[in-house]
Amino acid sequence: MEQILANGLYLGAQYALIALGLTLIFSLMNVLNFAHGQMYVFGGFVTYTVVAQFGLPFIVGLIASAVVLAVMGALIEKFLFRPVIRRSKRDESTMLLAAGIAFFLDAVILLLFGEKQRGVPKIVNGVFNWDMRLIMPYDRILIAALAVGLIVGFILFMQYSRTGRAMRALAQDRMAAQLMGVDVDRYSMIGFAMGAMLAGLVGGLLVTITGINLGMGGPTSIKAFLMIMIGGAGVISGAIAGGFILGMMESVGLTLLAAYGDVTYLMIFITLMIFLAIRPQGLMGKPWG
Amino acid sequence: MTDQTQAAPVAESRVLSTPRLLGIGVFLLVVFVLVPVFISLSGRWDFYYTLTSVALLSVAAAGVWLTFYIGRINIGQGAYALMGGYVSAVLMTQYGVSFWLTLPLAGIFCAVVSVGIGLPILRLRGVYFAMVTLVLTEVARLTALALPITNGAKGITSIPLPGELSIFGLTIIPDFATLANPKLAFYLMAALLMVLTYLVLWRIVNSRLGHLCRSLQQNEELSASIGVNTAMLRVLAYAISSFFGGLAGAIFVAISQSIYPSSFVVQDSVNFMLYCFLGGLGYVFGPMLGTLLLYFGWDLLSIAKQYQLLIYSGALIALMLILPNGVLSLLDKKGGSK
Repeated sequence: MEQILANGLYLGAQYALIALGLTLIFSLMNVLNFAHGQMYVFGGFVTYTVVAQFGLPFIVGLIASAVVLAVMGALIEKFLFRPVIRRSKRDESTMLLAAGIAFFLDAVILLLFGEKQRGVPKIVNGVFNWDMRLIMPYDRILIAALAVGLIVGFILFMQYSRTGRAMRALAQDRMAAQLMGVDVDRYSMIGFAMGAMLAGLVGGLLVTITGINLGMGGPTSIKAFLMIMIGGAGVISGAIAGGFILGMMESVGLTLLAAYGDVTYLMIFITLMIFLAIRPQGLMGKPWG
Repeated sequence: MTDQTQAAPVAESRVLSTPRLLGIGVFLLVVFVLVPVFISLSGRWDFYYTLTSVALLSVAAAGVWLTFYIGRINIGQGAYALMGGYVSAVLMTQYGVSFWLTLPLAGIFCAVVSVGIGLPILRLRGVYFAMVTLVLTEVARLTALALPITNGAKGITSIPLPGELSIFGLTIIPDFATLANPKLAFYLMAALLMVLTYLVLWRIVNSRLGHLCRSLQQNEELSASIGVNTAMLRVLAYAISSFFGGLAGAIFVAISQSIYPSSFVVQDSVNFMLYCFLGGLGYVFGPMLGTLLLYFGWDLLSIAKQYQLLIYSGALIALMLILPNGVLSLLDKKGGSK
């Protein structure tokens, strides 16, 4: 039992961090970023290159991932999303753009890093063992702790910094924020960069444990969508709740349903459908209209 | 004044003016005569496979377009295509039903299922609906893996070719296995179904139902407040959409003679949406053009080897930047109709 809970918390921490980036971009620009999973993979490959190929310490790789992805996110927002949002008649047009970017990143990853599964050596050795009831490698504990630290840091940043306040204002009411003198273009760009950076950071963290490969992008995006549907799109607390709930469900499901074959995700999806029929806006989302 | 400008395009599209008829005639001539002639002259028989795929994918994309028409982003068409494919395959291999009968049955099955699924999820809007339908594709794949009747990951293979269809002893469609050139037959079948699908779609859009759908797209609360049964209309449009999806899946099974849980995945669902976007959401024939451009373009780009995806996605992004409202928005008059 303790083992299931610990696994769930470990999964939840990384999932929440992925969902945070997606929900941030969604709340600021009303864009469903299909390329989020690809950004995560890209971040993982950057860390891999820095750590395994250049032989630099892990923390440098992590920072490199964050910087590369933040710059990429800022450029994508400035040169792709902004003009399309301005000129298209329907909001949904951005989805085509996002899907196009997802393909593009896939192609770039394939050309730059190849299609092989990559990983970096363990950063901490040893396994935490509590009476055989709870077994957890130290590096997983470290990664989970780092993820929780980043989540807390992100919340504090959004809550107390000037930039964070501006972005929250933007998410609440774009027009009103603009009238109050918030530089909408600038903060949209920063928001997108931060969302991409979070995806890159998770990629960098997880490359030490699960490794990274080209095919992980799409499924990661789908999981991230699931989380923000559970929690409510565009709400920070919702993304965190969604991440931890999905992590817990996955952990419990894999243990309890193992006898019936690979049906955990099927059960999660069906549960989600029923849940959304009762509460369409998710746990903490605002109802529309 | 405003009334007139809004009514004008509708009235125009309802009347079959001479240039319009001519255009349809040219289109049919190209699809059914010129393409086969061109292929037999150039000897590029592989184009048949590509064009057949375009035709069947554009049938599914037509369904996606219809859900766009009621203001919902549907990324779940792959689920219905897969479902339709399995219905057709199971009926043919295990119950010995003729392919031509499974074609409508697959569509109807999907439509019935979609009513059950649509009732709860069509209450969602915008991004939520998009995400749920995306998840739906994944659900369909996992269900196909888990159910015993679908034969799991091994899929259903060696499905027979479409048999002969005859009424009162009169052969309308000969047995595909006896044909000298089944590729041509498949092409003609898929193209015919595509033409019929778009005919139906065009008729729907220019009917009372189409007007009601447009009112949903613009403002659902407003149209509900003036007495439109929005809940029923949504489900109806979604059911028609899924019918097309199932139909496309059944054609796919006949052509590839096999189906696997991975025959239609999330990627395909996203592609259907892209076809619609690229062609233009405001035009009935948009999805057809979008499918042709994207699928054919992808096929032609295979000469670029490892840069195929890079060029393809680059072109997609560039197109989006230049024409954010779809290729057919080129036809829009300056500042003209919506």
